[in-house]
Amino acid sequence: MALVVDITKALSDFTLRVSFTVESSHEVVALLGASGCGKSMTLKCIAGIERPDCGRIVLGDRVLFDSERRVDLPPQRRRVGYLFQSYALFPTMTVLENVACGAVGASKGERLARARRELAAMRLTGLEGRRPSSLSGGQQQRCAMARILASDPELLLLDEPFSALDEYLRWQLELELADTLKGFAGGAVYVSHNRDEVFRLCDTVCTITRGRSEPKATVKEFFSRPRSLSAALISGCKNVSRARQVGPDAFACEEWGITLRTSLPCDGPVTHVGLRAHYLDVAPAGERVQVPTGERTQAPAGEANCVSCAVDRVIESTFSTIVMLRTPAGGLLRHELDKDRWRSLGRPANVLVLVRPEHVMPLSEVVPDA
Amino acid sequence: MDWYPLLNSLRIAALSTAVVYAVGIGLANVVARAPRLVKGALDVVLTLPLVLPPTVVGYLLLIVLGPRRPVGAWFMDAFGVRLTMTWYSAILATVVVSFPLMYRTARGAFEAFDETLSQAGRTLGKSETWIFWRVKMPCCRQGIVAGAVLAFARALGEYGATSMIAGYTPGITATVSTTVYQLWRTGDDALALRWVLVNLAISSVVLLALNYLNARVRPAQRGAV
Repeated sequence: MALVVDITKALSDFTLRVSFTVESSHEVVALLGASGCGKSMTLKCIAGIERPDCGRIVLGDRVLFDSERRVDLPPQRRRVGYLFQSYALFPTMTVLENVACGAVGASKGERLARARRELAAMRLTGLEGRRPSSLSGGQQQRCAMARILASDPELLLLDEPFSALDEYLRWQLELELADTLKGFAGGAVYVSHNRDEVFRLCDTVCTITRGRSEPKATVKEFFSRPRSLSAALISGCKNVSRARQVGPDAFACEEWGITLRTSLPCDGPVTHVGLRAHYLDVAPAGERVQVPTGERTQAPAGEANCVSCAVDRVIESTFSTIVMLRTPAGGLLRHELDKDRWRSLGRPANVLVLVRPEHVMPLSEVVPDA
Repeated sequence: MDWYPLLNSLRIAALSTAVVYAVGIGLANVVARAPRLVKGALDVVLTLPLVLPPTVVGYLLLIVLGPRRPVGAWFMDAFGVRLTMTWYSAILATVVVSFPLMYRTARGAFEAFDETLSQAGRTLGKSETWIFWRVKMPCCRQGIVAGAVLAFARALGEYGATSMIAGYTPGITATVSTTVYQLWRTGDDALALRWVLVNLAISSVVLLALNYLNARVRPAQRGAV
């Protein structure tokens, strides 16, 4: 196991209780959660910048922190690379000096050679003599990355690496970061509140809500089948309703006034049901509809959920149309679909909403610690 | 014109600035990172000489360092060194009076310092000493240099405490400021005016230097992002 984290730390308005592991040396784990949920604090604890109240942090075969055995390695000896949100380049040093000061090597010459190699790998050759403030945001990030890699860390910690960048710069940098992560021999922990970044860059996801971490899931699992209400919301699920189980696979949804069947296994107490805005289908009301069934559905054909709703309002978004649908009980459903698809429906006032059983996500509410 | 007062003033100010520079930076660094309560208490004590009348500082110094007072007597016995009424006595006065200027400007600079830079240094395996001298001090240079210049200027112009602890002995403890007073008192207005002009010139140069440093250092201080 590459990294084991199991820590508790009392913060001013909640207690951080985070527990997760990085299994293999190439795994990229995302810590995903709203801002202020304790993600960055977790990274700081792993790096040794902050001290947990109790718990354990083990990297490979080295114990970095263990409150019971009174182990608390200083950050200098943890060999953990930390990419700060602001990159934390030393402003009074040149690019080369910045990278060289992190570089491993017996002599100054070796360290400089190492620094130059890392700068070349980050395509910063020619900028060695510049000050960080004269670099573009993307160059600064690559310079910070070069400095970290030159120090031969066993683990990478990435704290919202794209938050300081303009939208249009992000994509190129994301591609580069993906390459860097692929080429890096150790594991990585990636803190973000952007689920799309996480989906593209990470292998597994651990969500944190007000300091509480949930069991880790693979990225695919996390987006297709979140288990808890908070995970569903963090993963971008737009429609949730309080729900009551009324059959082995049926849930009465309070806010929507409908009963939905699911083909997904429901383990644990189900308190809510979630529907993704993209995974609904609509047909004009009054038409006879061929109810589509998914490949994985366990429910027999014809038992797909069918709800009639009134169109409450239509919002034109950049590349899609968002239709707010009023359910029988009055609660709204958000449906997001292709602009052309919506146009082809002819702007109906009432629609039939079709929900495949495999898209009905039973969720349980995780009650955060008081 | 006897230039001794100018030379004496300059060496007093230079030596006192050296002391204040080292102690001021050290204490500013400690206070900037101290817990709030300790910080508040230390801050009052360390800033007090800034608001006290120099004569009060001089009085307090004489109480402690006078030849018949405990510390002063001990210095006399142990080293045969007299702490009052010598040219270097004035250094004691200027150190106390100019210290808050160095301390407060340096503390301000340290508090404005982005601590993530220190954290980055630590995760890169760098020692606290390295981080202080290679990252923190260069980043805070502007404030520190400004503090040193202000402390130097204040030491150069110190009169109240100096006149009490060093007095005015021509050719021995005379400084520019005590000389101006002495000349005016004895009615030598013409010579007094000359010293006033010398003083004005030095003060202008110091302020110009301060502005020049501020203008020059600032562009390099802009951090990443």
